[in-house]
Amino acid sequence: MNTDLTEEQKILRQAAEEFLRKECPIDLMRQRRDDSREFDSALWRKMANLGWMGVGIQEEYGGSGGNFSDLAVLIEAMGGVCLPVPFFSTVVVSAATLEQSSASDLKTKLLPRITAGELVCSYAATEPGNTYGLVNIQTQAVPDGDGFSINGSKLFVEYARSADYLLTVVHEGKDLLILMVDSSSPGVEIESYDTLDYADQCEVRFNDVKVPVSSVVARGGEATTLLKNLEERSAVGKCAEILGGIQVVLDMSVDYVKDREQFGQVVGSFQAVQHHCANMVVEVDSSRYITMQAIWKIAQGLPATKEVSMAKSYTSAAAIRVTKLGHQTHGAISFCDELDMHLYLRKAHAASVAFGDEEYHLEKVAKELGL
Amino acid sequence: MEIKFSDKEQAFRDELDDFLQRELPNDWAEKPISWPHDYARSGYQDEGDSVIASIFMDKVAEKGWLTLFWRNEEGSPASSYIEQAIFEERMSYYRAPLLDQTGMGIVAPMLLRTGTDQQKQKWLPRIASGEISFWLGYSEPNAGSDLGSVRTHAVEDGDEYILNGQKCWSSGAHLADYSWMIVRTDPEARKHQGLSFFIVDNKTPGITMDPVINILGDHSFNNVFLNNVRVPKENLVGGKNRGFYNLMTALDHERITLVGIGGFKRMFEELLDYVKSTKHNGELLAENQSVRNKMARIATRIEIGYMLFWRTAEMLDHAQDPNVESSILKLTATELARDMAELAMEIMGPYGQLSGKSKWAPIRGLVARGFLESISATIGAGTSEVQRNIIAQRGLGLPRR
Repeated sequence: MNTDLTEEQKILRQAAEEFLRKECPIDLMRQRRDDSREFDSALWRKMANLGWMGVGIQEEYGGSGGNFSDLAVLIEAMGGVCLPVPFFSTVVVSAATLEQSSASDLKTKLLPRITAGELVCSYAATEPGNTYGLVNIQTQAVPDGDGFSINGSKLFVEYARSADYLLTVVHEGKDLLILMVDSSSPGVEIESYDTLDYADQCEVRFNDVKVPVSSVVARGGEATTLLKNLEERSAVGKCAEILGGIQVVLDMSVDYVKDREQFGQVVGSFQAVQHHCANMVVEVDSSRYITMQAIWKIAQGLPATKEVSMAKSYTSAAAIRVTKLGHQTHGAISFCDELDMHLYLRKAHAASVAFGDEEYHLEKVAKELGL
Repeated sequence: MEIKFSDKEQAFRDELDDFLQRELPNDWAEKPISWPHDYARSGYQDEGDSVIASIFMDKVAEKGWLTLFWRNEEGSPASSYIEQAIFEERMSYYRAPLLDQTGMGIVAPMLLRTGTDQQKQKWLPRIASGEISFWLGYSEPNAGSDLGSVRTHAVEDGDEYILNGQKCWSSGAHLADYSWMIVRTDPEARKHQGLSFFIVDNKTPGITMDPVINILGDHSFNNVFLNNVRVPKENLVGGKNRGFYNLMTALDHERITLVGIGGFKRMFEELLDYVKSTKHNGELLAENQSVRNKMARIATRIEIGYMLFWRTAEMLDHAQDPNVESSILKLTATELARDMAELAMEIMGPYGQLSGKSKWAPIRGLVARGFLESISATIGAGTSEVQRNIIAQRGLGLPRR
């Protein structure tokens, strides 16, 4: 039993935190609010130079090795600065899914470019009217020449306007089919929506889009397995992202209440405020250890459905509770744009509903309990 | 990072499982009627069960497991803290008869760390064999969560101290042989200084006990009065006026001892069986969305409790001081004890209120008892508010007032 990071992971965490503090001030998120179109490609290249796009990817594809728990260290650090680039959809969702597939030509073609930081990917799965899980997918891939033709609409596709490829989930008859759709294909129409987290979440419409058979990542049973892994890995990835954020929220709050004076003393000397802070500690720790268990299981390749859903259900709710306590401890200033707290609240909410919210995952836990 | 047991730990866990399944009757888990993480423990309903419990405890002592918590002066372990935690988890999961946790988990470790050779020789073998048991003499009418306010005092007189004062909330004092008592030995010293530990024989003249009946109707607590109680000087442990200092480290060990984490898992399994086999208004509870949601919520929080439990033990193994972490564990487990009882009551609806005597009572009336019993969880051994103060002040460095 060892719940601590390895020495290598501690070094990775420290290096990541230092880099992000320097290269990714949280004001980048405000810049995205004001101009959501372009993501910071200079920052993206620097991250690629550090090998981050290849963490968890085999070296033959230009990856830097490591496993999911190493990747989780990076994601957590990124959550701490509300990193506004499409790392999650590119690396955690798309690259890892592609790597696990048997589509060797596609892997050879795309993975080295992803790990080199040359490509951005996004994930197109949820359809209008749907929420979580891959149910009720209407978009059909119809055989068309040497491939398919697809028609349909996808929502909440992060950074779609910056993406070169869209990892797209459709139906082929009754089976699931995963395609890597070139976003510049004729018939791909992208419309950006304004969401709380400024992550350029888009609707992507496919109008008779021709997709060659060489773009198939997986079909049938393989697609089902890969998507189960994708959903679980991404849900836990979001837990790690949340952890990075709520730890900063806690640290900000403690610093503030040690400094801010009212009634002739620092507000942190009031028991009501102390208990808010203590409750934040308990929530952060609980989130951390329930998440760690799921990360470890996934990194080991062990079945983790129950552990993942326990982590995501708890952490999704804790994200909101902790961040709101962060607002409460800061008082009126926390309602102002100049304080960063609302950026964390925005991110906390987005992460809590990404890949399944509290209720969705509680139901998955219930199923795992045999209910 | 490795969220699993080592081969040695797993082997120990398997050995415990074998032992517990072999030495306890098959239906033993249905005998105790206490809710997870209770402090108001009561005896057995049935004389025969008390005999089984006593024989079982002798066998645990023969195995040498009463001394799992002990360290020698250098602190080198007989077993790791994770193994101790495994022992606690398995014992509470099987609802095994309660060992003398005060003697085994608090008095003996303190004697080993701070006692004289003579004290160790005199007391340790008798604790290790289960021959004697202890009650914890900490709380007083004006010193509940705040031990700095202890007023029971000792005055030197030749080879003895003369003790006067009152202890309260003394759980099981009427069933034990000795008290492990914190007493003021320097009336001039500031609050937390000037306290010392004594081993006090219950049979000493001048000790009287009044039963206090708890909200379950059980005699678990006592008011203990000390009127010119003469205690040999050799029974002062850990140095005069060093009691509070020594206590601060003891409480962290106590957290692992008292959390009873396995009891949560056992209780949850019983609730799971109940919702899978019970219909309300023609609908199976397991198919009701609200019930499913509640059950998943409890299961998740139990899992978190487990992780925090292992984390605390692991820190002790790494010689880190889990002062704050043990408060997080205590707070988490006890709040869960209450919430689990509440959610179970909500699931059971009107049937939850039935005591075990009714044939309509779910799970032998345990939840109705737990609903009341868990009131003590967030109060005893440091209230939730005191735990939050510790987390905020010692953990985050927020100012004490």
